[in-house]
Amino acid sequence: MTNEHNQPLLKIDNLESYYGPIMAIRGVSLEVNEGQIVTVLGANGAGKTTLLKTISGVMDPEKGTVALSGEFIQGLAPDKVVQKGIVHVPEGREIFPILTVEDNLKMGAYTRSDKAGVAADMELVYDYFPILKERRSQEAGTLSGGQQQMLAIGRGLMAKPRIMLLDEPSLGLSPLLVKEIFSIIRRLNREQNVTMMLVEQNAKVALDVAHYGYVMELGRIVMSGEAAKLRESKDIQEFYLGAQQDTQRGQRRWKQRKTWR
Amino acid sequence: MDILQLIVSGLANGCVYGLIALGFVLIYKATEAVNFAQGDFMMLGAFITLGFTNADHMDLPFWLSVILAIGIMGILGYLLDMIVLRRMFGQSQVAVVILTIALGFVIRFIAGLIWGHEPQSLESPLSGLELRFGGLVLGMDEVWVIIVTVALTALLYVFFARTKLGIGMQASSQNQLAAYYMGIPVKRIHSMIWALSGVVAAIAGILFASKGSIDPTAGLLGIKAFAAAVIGGFGSLPGALLGGIIVGLVEPFAARYMPAGYSQIFPYLILVVMLVVRPHGILSQIQTKKV
Ligand SMILES: Nc1ncnc2c1ncn2[C@@H]1O[C@H](COP(=O)(O)OP(=O)(O)OP(=O)(O)O)[C@@H](O)[C@H]1O
Ligand SMILES: [Mg+2]
Repeated sequence: MTNEHNQPLLKIDNLESYYGPIMAIRGVSLEVNEGQIVTVLGANGAGKTTLLKTISGVMDPEKGTVALSGEFIQGLAPDKVVQKGIVHVPEGREIFPILTVEDNLKMGAYTRSDKAGVAADMELVYDYFPILKERRSQEAGTLSGGQQQMLAIGRGLMAKPRIMLLDEPSLGLSPLLVKEIFSIIRRLNREQNVTMMLVEQNAKVALDVAHYGYVMELGRIVMSGEAAKLRESKDIQEFYLGAQQDTQRGQRRWKQRKTWR
Repeated sequence: MDILQLIVSGLANGCVYGLIALGFVLIYKATEAVNFAQGDFMMLGAFITLGFTNADHMDLPFWLSVILAIGIMGILGYLLDMIVLRRMFGQSQVAVVILTIALGFVIRFIAGLIWGHEPQSLESPLSGLELRFGGLVLGMDEVWVIIVTVALTALLYVFFARTKLGIGMQASSQNQLAAYYMGIPVKRIHSMIWALSGVVAAIAGILFASKGSIDPTAGLLGIKAFAAAVIGGFGSLPGALLGGIIVGLVEPFAARYMPAGYSQIFPYLILVVMLVVRPHGILSQIQTKKV
């Protein structure tokens, strides 16, 4: 699953980011190959969101590099990063509440000037998320949580990204909706060849769609491997997949254990 | 007939308040700061125009002067944000507010130095002209103020609702973080909003000075416009205009039917009543704002 030059689409090396004196990610290295879904798993506070923010330029790293097809982009302003082809679908949707659904989507294409391409991508988004088409002139703040997540993903697609950073798309959604959204994520990857870096706490659904996975703990990568391998791994099963018939509780127990440490 | 004339002149005043209020709201929505120099921007825009066009100053053609003044005020707004305010990014909004209050003093002082402290009126092709309908006599300048305000409002509406830049401005004021994520150049957009508020202030100033006289303290009527903005719901552009028009309409009637001296209190009286009865203003938008 590598591209013709055998070079990963996104390569992160030894990245460190701080909030003031607090070091939130401590030397993270990882790779995402073109056409893949790569997931980063980790508990609350592991530094997953910080990692994505640092890639998308909302935060600047103290150390380390981010390379897109070999070109270093760490420390660029977010609008430049979007233009380079990385779009960040943030945790908790972060839609524009009193713009219409359609205007929200248009804002996803803010850095683009190819009108025809933008119109075509709008249709593509409506194809994958018919509910958004139905609600296109409704204010986005009045959508349900699941619809807002779809809007956030659709808005990200409007940037026509080379890689999409997805931060916990399952957050706060019912199991049924999680299933629906992840099947669309999988379809986007297979049918539109959208490369994705997927941050999740819900290891089960993430490992089901991903090709490769990393596990993050306290700002570091502590484990990595093919998604199928990780699914089999004892640690992952114990901590993330928990008792299979009772995922939610298993996860909660895991979080508690981590916070006591 | 008398009442109609009062209404027209009240409307004309109200339009000017409304345009200044619009400037307040534009800045507030984008940056959560209040620009207390907005009234002084208005005065400065008027004096720049006057300085270009009046016979005893530079005596340039009126329309050229108008365009120059609007351009200069836009550029000043842009530069103010780019050079000064962007450096204050991350500091509390109180710091920005205090800075704008100080800026107001500076603008008044400089205007006094350049153009003097005597009231002057803008020599416009419209002043002195009258519009007659039967027994009704309307000042052309006042009618013109209303027409320009309506046109500018329509233009701004189309700009904010239809253009990418306008929607981008709304987006960055509704959710600044998400705007960053989408690659909207939030900082440049802030500067452009300051430019826009400079432009609106210049237009308000030109309208104000063409229907009366102006001196360096004229910007203090910004306080009335501030009240108008609050009355209209501080987050709403149509509300700002509406608030301005309400204040403008109430004034001449209060002056006519109230004992002398009381009329000036009325705008603030409405403000207080408004804050008690409907604290979010008339046309408030309920929104949770994230920065
Ligand atoms: N704005 C901030 N200021 C200071 N510290 C922060 C800030 N945001 C996050 N942190 C800290 O950085 C660390 C990593 O946070 P981050 O949000 O990246 O975690 P996360 O893995 O995304 O967690 P979650 O799964 O809960 O979203 C945490 O210890 C957190 O407390
Ligand atoms: Mg997070």
